Amino acid sequence: MRAPSGPDVAVGDVLLSVENVSLSFGGVKAVSDVSFDIRKGEIRAIIGPNGAGKTSMLNIINGFYQPQQGRITFKGQTRSKMRPHDAAHGGIARTFQNVALFRGMTALDNIMTGRTLKMHKNLFWQLLRFGPAMTEEVEHRHRVEEIIDFLKIQEIRRTPVGRLPYGLQKRVELGRALAMEPDLLLLDEPMAGMNLEEKEDMSRFVLDVNDHYGTTVALIEHDMGVVMDLSDRVVVLDHGIKIADGTPDEVKDNQGVIDAYLGVAH
Amino acid sequence: MFYREAGQYKTSYQADQALFPIRQDQIGIVLILAVAFILVPLMASTFVIDSVLIPVLIYSLAAIGLNLLTGYTGLLSLGTGGFMGVGAFACYKLATFFPGINVIVLIICSGFLAAAAGIVFGMPSLRIKGFYLAVATLASQFFLSWCFIRIPWLYNYNVSASIEVPTRTLFDIPITGPNATPVTRYLIVLTIVAVMTWLASNLIRGRIGRTWMAVRDMDIAAELIGIKLYPTKLLAFAVSSFYCGVAGAMLVFLWLGNAESESFSINQSFLILFMVIIGGLGSLLGSFFGAALIFGLPILLRMIRAALDLSMTSATLEHINFITLGILIIFFLIAEPAGLARLWQIGKQKLRVWPFPY
Amino acid sequence: MHLLYQIFIDPFVQMGSAPDLLVQTLWEGLVSGVLYALIALGFVLIFKASGVFNFAQGIMVVFAALTLVGLYAHGVPAFLALALTIGVMFVLALAIERFMLRPLVNQPDIILFMATFGLTYILIGFGELIFGGDPKIMIADQLLLPSGSYSVKMLGGFVQMQKIDIAAAIIASLMVAALAVFFQKTRIGRALRAVADSHRAALSVGISLEYIWVTVWFAAGIVALATGIMWGARSNVSFALEIIALKALPVLILGGFTSIPGAIVGGVIIGVGEKLGEFYWGPLLGSGIESWLAYVIALVFLLFRPQGLFGERIIERI
Repeated sequence: MRAPSGPDVAVGDVLLSVENVSLSFGGVKAVSDVSFDIRKGEIRAIIGPNGAGKTSMLNIINGFYQPQQGRITFKGQTRSKMRPHDAAHGGIARTFQNVALFRGMTALDNIMTGRTLKMHKNLFWQLLRFGPAMTEEVEHRHRVEEIIDFLKIQEIRRTPVGRLPYGLQKRVELGRALAMEPDLLLLDEPMAGMNLEEKEDMSRFVLDVNDHYGTTVALIEHDMGVVMDLSDRVVVLDHGIKIADGTPDEVKDNQGVIDAYLGVAH
Repeated sequence: MFYREAGQYKTSYQADQALFPIRQDQIGIVLILAVAFILVPLMASTFVIDSVLIPVLIYSLAAIGLNLLTGYTGLLSLGTGGFMGVGAFACYKLATFFPGINVIVLIICSGFLAAAAGIVFGMPSLRIKGFYLAVATLASQFFLSWCFIRIPWLYNYNVSASIEVPTRTLFDIPITGPNATPVTRYLIVLTIVAVMTWLASNLIRGRIGRTWMAVRDMDIAAELIGIKLYPTKLLAFAVSSFYCGVAGAMLVFLWLGNAESESFSINQSFLILFMVIIGGLGSLLGSFFGAALIFGLPILLRMIRAALDLSMTSATLEHINFITLGILIIFFLIAEPAGLARLWQIGKQKLRVWPFPY
Repeated sequence: MHLLYQIFIDPFVQMGSAPDLLVQTLWEGLVSGVLYALIALGFVLIFKASGVFNFAQGIMVVFAALTLVGLYAHGVPAFLALALTIGVMFVLALAIERFMLRPLVNQPDIILFMATFGLTYILIGFGELIFGGDPKIMIADQLLLPSGSYSVKMLGGFVQMQKIDIAAAIIASLMVAALAVFFQKTRIGRALRAVADSHRAALSVGISLEYIWVTVWFAAGIVALATGIMWGARSNVSFALEIIALKALPVLILGGFTSIPGAIVGGVIIGVGEKLGEFYWGPLLGSGIESWLAYVIALVFLLFRPQGLFGERIIERI
């Protein structure tokens, strides 16, 4: 069934586009010939039933998986393979389904690691610490504290993250991603495992990030209410293939999408 | 009650990130340094200084080196002894070639040579992880041990394959060789260890320490943040080997006075690893605790033997030492994997709320 | 130029000019390879079934041999001593399970690995304490193991093969075959594989971890005893064996940690490679390169195939 393409929602120019990307593991085809784009400043949702290849898609954008076919164009530069380092340098940050925080460190330190790419003082100054390295450290601490204020996690900044409840861990992880000052923020099921209140908090954070900092957001989410409320455009995957692409309203009424979620064989 | 920090507010990030932010800690460290630098030389016996304090300080430095690599960066290494040996033999050769240069400078230089060796033997860490990396470090240990025996140039072709330390001075006071007094050597060792510990703590609290810990905790996530894994790991190997090399050089030049290949064998590597495990992986303070415990254990056993008036040969005591070490390792791994450092923290916590239980 | 000749041409010329020596060296390599493989086998058993990387396997070999010889020295007849030693290994397995494995269940693998360091030191201490550190003679004759050697005339010279070595190779092969069948075909074997995958999951389907672990460490102890007997018969029983036993680690790297046939193949490669290296290239570098050559061989393999020849490639998911 031919996927309808969405009307021009001119939020901005295309920030990232994937073209004809395919990825397999051994015999399993995770993603087949998928193409879509993400425009600057928008909130793009990637949805689909379980096993649709959504996380794999994010991993490809991030540079964690290398697709066998296809290309990724980010900020005008086209690559067939994106390395994690290139992605990070280019301004792509992400959170993970299973919260990939550094368990041995405090919340503050975790978020500070997000500033790594922006800290440049070399080994010699780091050894001394007083002087330029300290100045740099304090400067970045300021920025990190802004993020901590934004996410309202002041009380837990010195707590080792392994001890935090799941919802707070997700917030810290979001903080770490924000610390990278990304142009594109990839969120993998940011609301998973949260109750209604936590979801509302997290939704507000996502909206604020998008409004306030102008960050483009791509998120994977299962909660349809959240998807409908938050996103500007939606892309739907099923069994590794793109089956719909458009505004939430368009996608909602798409028969193919409804079938996919209800498990109708096609 | 004694350790209450309530009421101590920091008004700048700089103050918040200081090494000893709590007033009690600040007083404590000043006291400790005063005791170490002033009281001990005046009051402690030569035996205590020469047979306990100097070696414990030196081993603590080696333990810090290993801790940086294994505790902070998560790269298990069984090659510590080898790198200490590189430092020792490098210092010996440098002292032979440059008799006029101050020996402390030479010790630092041998640290750099050990760091270079560390980088070379750390190169496999690009592709190899975990147990496999530990086995790769065994390769470096056995190879270096072999070099220390089979390359006669290293020990100046001495017939007994051992090295003897020449006399070197600082401001005309002999600090190495048979004429150097224990107090002199102790003060030099103490200064070097104190300075290098401070440098290590600076590294740990800053960007580099965080990248190391990130690589340890979840290297995939670290990569996605933009941390380059390979340079980070190599830097850990380099810095760690630097510390071990300096410790090795000090071991020979400022304590033993001589050395042979056996001083830097795999047994040494294990000993230092045990110090790090028992003291606490990922804790600089723990390195000192661990060194003190492991080094003090044979002395303690000897005292017990004397106190209980048991007749036991030294060999038997040595075997009991081994057994006790093994039991301690397993005990700590079960009861407190974060080692003595953690117990120390728990102790401080109790002090915080004393006399209340919690 | 001369150096290049020495490294790349000369050794092969030597090999060709005295083929009987070459075969002798190959045989020696094969024999030590089989013994390394036996030690590696013990590792694989324990790793396959409990996920623990048992660094103490080498010292278990020494300890078992010492116990056997020690009992005999106290007047216990050979085969009774053998039975008693088996009993001792059983008690050891029980103790290890009770005091080391059970308290550390569910801990990360690296913690268990470090615990086996502690176990190594305990066994070294006990061994030295009870039996003394001087080398002892293995009671091979009393155990009815063949002695003497065959002298085979071939390729212009003679090749000596010790009968005990042939026996060792046969016994090792039998053990490997038995273990391979055990793991693949039996119910207990499956349970062992389940436990290696996940302690928690195995518990939740009702597999008794204690029973499994004692079984497996006991089996590894038997393998260690057999290895100790074979090795002790060739070259006395002493703690030097422990360092030699560390060579099993490169074997495991080549063969993979979970593959029984891999242990054999890896052992042979390391054993032969080491002996050839020492004999033909050793004189170039000074003797004794056997102490590290095995590790370097393994290292080189690791750089190209981080999971070893037979190991499974781990795909990391996030």
